[in-house]
Amino acid sequence: MSETTSHPRSPGFGIVFFLLGIVVVGGFGVGWLPEVKSAHGHGIDGVIRYLLGTTGALFFLGCIVLGYFVMKYGRGEAQSGAIVSNRTQAIWAIVPVLVMCAISEVGVLVMGLPVFAEVYGEAPDDAYEVEVVGKQFEWLVRYPGPDGVFGEVDHAKVHETRNPLGLVKSDPAAQDDIVVRGKVHIPVDRMTVVRLRALDVIHSFTVPLFRVKQDTLPGYTAYTQFTPEEVGIFELACAELCGLGHYRMQGSVIVESEESLKNWLSEQEPWL
Amino acid sequence: MAVEDHSAPTSFVKKYIFSQDHKVIGLQYILTALFMAIVGGWLAVMIRTQITWPEKAMVTPENYLSLVTMHGTIMVFFVVSLALVSGLGNFLVPLMLGARDMAYPFLNMLSYWTVVPACFLVLVSFVVEGGAAAAGWTAYPPLSALPEAVPGSGLGQTLWLLAMALFIASFTMGGLNYIATVLNCRAKGMSLMRMPLTVWTYFMSAVLGVLSFPPLTAAAIMLLLDRHGGTSFFLPSGLVFNNEVLAHEGGTPLLFQHLFWFLGHPEVYVLVLPGIGITFDLIASFARRPVFGYKTSVYALWVVGFLSMIVWGHHMYVTGMNPYVGEYFSIATVLITAPFAVLGMNLVASVWRSRIRMEVPMYWALGTVAVIGLGGFGGLFLATSISDIYFHDSFFVVGHFHLMIGVVTVLSTFGALYHWFPKMFGRVMNAGLGKLHFWLTYVPMVALFFLMHLQGMSGLLRRYYDHSIYEFQAPGRELALVITILTYAAFAAQAIFFWNFFYSMFKGVKVGANPWNATTLEWTAPSPAPHGNWPGALPVVDRHPYDYDPAAEEDSDYKPQGVVA
Repeated sequence: MSETTSHPRSPGFGIVFFLLGIVVVGGFGVGWLPEVKSAHGHGIDGVIRYLLGTTGALFFLGCIVLGYFVMKYGRGEAQSGAIVSNRTQAIWAIVPVLVMCAISEVGVLVMGLPVFAEVYGEAPDDAYEVEVVGKQFEWLVRYPGPDGVFGEVDHAKVHETRNPLGLVKSDPAAQDDIVVRGKVHIPVDRMTVVRLRALDVIHSFTVPLFRVKQDTLPGYTAYTQFTPEEVGIFELACAELCGLGHYRMQGSVIVESEESLKNWLSEQEPWL
Repeated sequence: MAVEDHSAPTSFVKKYIFSQDHKVIGLQYILTALFMAIVGGWLAVMIRTQITWPEKAMVTPENYLSLVTMHGTIMVFFVVSLALVSGLGNFLVPLMLGARDMAYPFLNMLSYWTVVPACFLVLVSFVVEGGAAAAGWTAYPPLSALPEAVPGSGLGQTLWLLAMALFIASFTMGGLNYIATVLNCRAKGMSLMRMPLTVWTYFMSAVLGVLSFPPLTAAAIMLLLDRHGGTSFFLPSGLVFNNEVLAHEGGTPLLFQHLFWFLGHPEVYVLVLPGIGITFDLIASFARRPVFGYKTSVYALWVVGFLSMIVWGHHMYVTGMNPYVGEYFSIATVLITAPFAVLGMNLVASVWRSRIRMEVPMYWALGTVAVIGLGGFGGLFLATSISDIYFHDSFFVVGHFHLMIGVVTVLSTFGALYHWFPKMFGRVMNAGLGKLHFWLTYVPMVALFFLMHLQGMSGLLRRYYDHSIYEFQAPGRELALVITILTYAAFAAQAIFFWNFFYSMFKGVKVGANPWNATTLEWTAPSPAPHGNWPGALPVVDRHPYDYDPAAEEDSDYKPQGVVA
């Protein structure tokens, strides 16, 4: 069945796809995800691992098949039976449709919905509440103080050094509010709800080790909630381009025991 | 047909400058895009250099943001859109349909000459006060609306918006022209279900473009008004800069994001689909067998097109929009993998029981198939709203979208240029240089964007001038140097292409009308195709576009789709 060799052949090209499959699957397999430190984060990592496993297997399979085809059919031999019925072609369309619908919707619904409930569900009454406000280029953190209520703010009163959040003096609830730059103190093993606002442009509150990311939009109050599982200091960064200092909008989340948190809070002076 | 009435031009200006011939206009687009690609590529080189050696502070933070913004803008709108969609589309669609020209030749000329000033504005914006736009290619307000927010949001952003408006006007004219041409100017016998998949994808691309660009036009006008007319479409009350509250009130920055992504997502398919269509045609031409699943591919294209219009919100999972809305967008978005899997399967199966000729375009086509797989699967991680919480705005996103709208499109554009070069100039490009160009482009590009996925997995965030002050970004930074070297390599390798392209234009080996023994109609026209494409009567189509038989004798294993009487 050998044919004329007047046309260029390169069946060895198929090896490219074997290599690609191995490199990609191996590369992802190294385990780049940093160890998660929040309760819902395990669910997020679970979805990621599920997708890595399923799509990784399919990609690898696809690479093997394509590579094999190129090696087998790249030699220049005549092939019969290339033309197949419409029915066969339809079946080979239905198969990938069913497979991909199943894989992808299992990811979103079966794997994803329980995590969705953790991330966006109703927070328990005893959740710890703190406010983080994004501005160019720092995070302002407000604690409600002994009364547990965030006082009124008025952006017209904002002054970078004198009153960075624009707390309203006449509001009694604002009197005991504590304002700190860049340090979010929260308790371990208890859910924290972060109230997120922005003063100027869009920022995004992200704590990668907690798998937390939520934009802060001027004009809106957004919320994000998570339960840290370990005492320690975790980096807080901005994930939405917000200007020149975007890259240095660094903060930290300090997770501590209830007791040491209480001590720290009692040492803070109210801003006003 | 309207196209019959314009006769062959005789003067240089009418022939090469203000030409109404789709082939000349196509080449004008391609050459413009190649020029802009050098600019956009150079910006990428500078971006990589800065983030690899941040301590050297090669550029200032404000210039860095301009680099990032303009690299994205130039590559998406002034390179890939112009080369692949406007350029190759213009050249190929009438030829593959058996038409003498586009439906509206004058409109075609106008669309090209509308985008030229847009390119000019983009380039000029680098040297205006405050520098080029710096709010990202997505131009989210308030950052893009207020010069107080970032220096690039001064005149640079205004020029950016004007350039976009011109681009959209041009692209819409082009899209309408494609739609009219496909619907009205097909050769006798060329039913819709006999059109090559390349034409189908250009048609879908044009439909999506025409449907999705108007909201961005509206957004651009509203943003211009917010900037210069005192309106507050996107600006809420209480914005504080330098201890002063701005007078704006009542707007919402989320509105802009909805309008932007209502275009932005279909735009991905506007760019990628023609790349996939071309890949189908190249594989058929060199695998010497009919495309597997022609019909299912056409249906899949329609499904992709429809779904692409209703999933824009997956770019906004963490913006603070209602998470239940996000969940809907997630459920709908991941469904796109189903028709995409059909296209991918059909591409792979089109190599089954084939007899491959490893000509240069086939390297690019086969290479593209694997990237569609890699990029496509990567999309699932971002489309699933839960995993996107972690990946949003990380390098995983950067790697993913570059694979799809960067690598798939660029590889298929190169494949197409090698493939149809004979039809453009009557000569072939040098095969040895073509293969060298392939290896030195494919390996670094795929590798570097794959590595960016790993960086994203490790937590590296995008649009950072300097990652070094964060501990959590240290593991991702370790890959930065390799990625940068690969970027330099891929950029430098394009010199081979430029040499081959321009040298072969004048000195390449001359070939006949159908050097690849391919079936589609353009190969029945002389090479180079003359004004009006066929010197005599137009071809008449009597079969499907891919009548190859790998069981037949090698030199008679194909039947052209149409015959010229």
